[in-house]
Amino acid sequence: MATSVRPSEAMGGTTPRDRHPLQVNGRSRGPRHPGDHLFAGAARSAATAVLVLVVTVGVFLVSQAVPALARNGASFLTSREWAPGGDNPRFGVLDLLWTTTASSLIAMLVAVPIGVGVALFLTEYAPAGLRTPAANLVDLLAAVPSIVYGLWGLLVVLPVVRPIFDVLADRLGAVPLFAPTGVTGGTILFIGLVLSVMILPIVTAISRETFARTPAAHKEGALALGATHWEMIRIAVLPYGRPGVISAAMLALGRALGETIAVTFIVSTLAQGSPWTWSLLNGGETFASRIANNAAEFDNPQKTGAYIAAGLVLFVLTFLVNAVARIVVERRKAFTE
Amino acid sequence: MTTLDLSGATLSPASLAPVSRGRAGRDRAARLTMWSAFGLALVPLGWILFTVVRHGWSLLATSTWWTYSQRNINASDAGGGAVHAIQGTLIQGAATAAISVPIALLTAIYLVEYGRTGSRLARIVSFAVDILSGVPSIVAALFVYAVWVTTFGFRRVPIAVCLALVLLMIPVVVRSTEEMLKLVPAELREASAALGIQRWVTITKVVLPTAFSGIVTGILLGLARVLGETAPLLILGPYTKGIATNLFAGSMPTLPTMINQDRTETGLDTAVTRMWATALTLILLVLVLNLAARRLTRRSATHRTPTPGSPARRRQSPGR
Repeated sequence: MATSVRPSEAMGGTTPRDRHPLQVNGRSRGPRHPGDHLFAGAARSAATAVLVLVVTVGVFLVSQAVPALARNGASFLTSREWAPGGDNPRFGVLDLLWTTTASSLIAMLVAVPIGVGVALFLTEYAPAGLRTPAANLVDLLAAVPSIVYGLWGLLVVLPVVRPIFDVLADRLGAVPLFAPTGVTGGTILFIGLVLSVMILPIVTAISRETFARTPAAHKEGALALGATHWEMIRIAVLPYGRPGVISAAMLALGRALGETIAVTFIVSTLAQGSPWTWSLLNGGETFASRIANNAAEFDNPQKTGAYIAAGLVLFVLTFLVNAVARIVVERRKAFTE
Repeated sequence: MTTLDLSGATLSPASLAPVSRGRAGRDRAARLTMWSAFGLALVPLGWILFTVVRHGWSLLATSTWWTYSQRNINASDAGGGAVHAIQGTLIQGAATAAISVPIALLTAIYLVEYGRTGSRLARIVSFAVDILSGVPSIVAALFVYAVWVTTFGFRRVPIAVCLALVLLMIPVVVRSTEEMLKLVPAELREASAALGIQRWVTITKVVLPTAFSGIVTGILLGLARVLGETAPLLILGPYTKGIATNLFAGSMPTLPTMINQDRTETGLDTAVTRMWATALTLILLVLVLNLAARRLTRRSATHRTPTPGSPARRRQSPGR
């Protein structure tokens, strides 16, 4: 192939062919106009500003948390004490970690199956004329501000479901997870249920998007082989949508972990030094609710640092969960492209 | 379907056995499950809206609600107005948008128009936006508190709330704008470049107008999300009963803090009614923004333009 000559060389210079793809992709080698320079510079600086902002948030939070942690007399991750003030501060986040993850996991376990069901309903089962209005209705759940969920959960739902929880504690009291604790109001289980309603629209929206993109050939192939509608969904739609569902579940979990105001309103705060229990019918505090409840206490760097340290753990948790979601999506992209 | 039934009765070959009873049963059970999942999802929605409207409607129907503040109205007094809180929420929303939208738009333009070829900065910035979108609102509030109050010693003024909300709004707008810009057909950019138009003119005169309504939709959805946020307000935005318009001094009332104020007066029917009425007002405000966003999406040019290759890409518009 030594004799082959590229067209541009053959024509001895720049041809339109040479310029076309490169210039369109922004790698113009010709002279650039000042306007171009300014605009590209502005775009690049805005992007850099966002980057700097994120780095600043991280560095600043860590720098505020470290001195407080250094003076901490208790083990931060495994202690259940919370006395961040004074000369001998002792604070740990074990309780917060348990309440936060337990309630969020309950929310996810409830919301994901229902959300996937709703998404399948919207993409596969709903009559054509009903699809858009039905999807809008479910999206409406996302338009309700979280403070309203808090009021509704605390003042309206709780009185209704409290007897059910009492029965649960009566019948299943022997199981550690449902051991009666004397807390009758905002239990971890109840918080989880309210959170599940709040994250349902996220699960539904993302699952719906992926289900809707199932290639028609997969579905028609399954049907042509004699599959029933449900078998077609199991063979074609669900496997195709699985990464989407996983990332939806993770994003929803991230939202549930950080939810503040609804949890703060509803959860029954426990007194310092209450005995440890695995019961889901116990109260407690999440990272977010403890920070929100004690906003008045941020009066010196030591105390503020302790709350910031707690906030950092929450940040790391949500970051890990979101990272898993992103990895799932990326792997899918690499797989299909 | 009728033709299928006919052929099934007369022409089907023996090998096409009818679906066995078990399989048909499972199929029916699945159908029933999906319908009931949908029904189940509607229960909380109906319940919330019913509660809020039933308790709150009476106050919203009064003219004072839309014309007065809570000045000189005690918790035990009935009614009063919400103008101060509505105004505060809107002002803070506008300030938040004014700060975050330019940054977010330029960032998205950078990521799509300049960074597409996979520059390292673009990848890092994209990752940073991801991190930012995962930051819980309480952590954003805590950060602003630590900078604004603890480090600089400033007071808790309304603009501090806006700064916390900016952190929450930027990633939403960047992501949605990015999606919209990606939907603009490359042919438009190429045609413009072929005419010898400068790149930045192409972006501002061709790409942005094409994606305009989609971008506005994203901004409205982002705004709807931050206006309902309460956590930053609890930490940074104390409530006050009168009208306040200064972002840089004093306190500014907002709908969420007004709800929170009346919530603490449990047992007083007047305060509870006011609380639900404020909640309804907040829902309506967020709803109006969402509906406006939806309407714009439907009209959006990018929504209608068939993108070559993949019709599915059109579905990416958020919120539909």
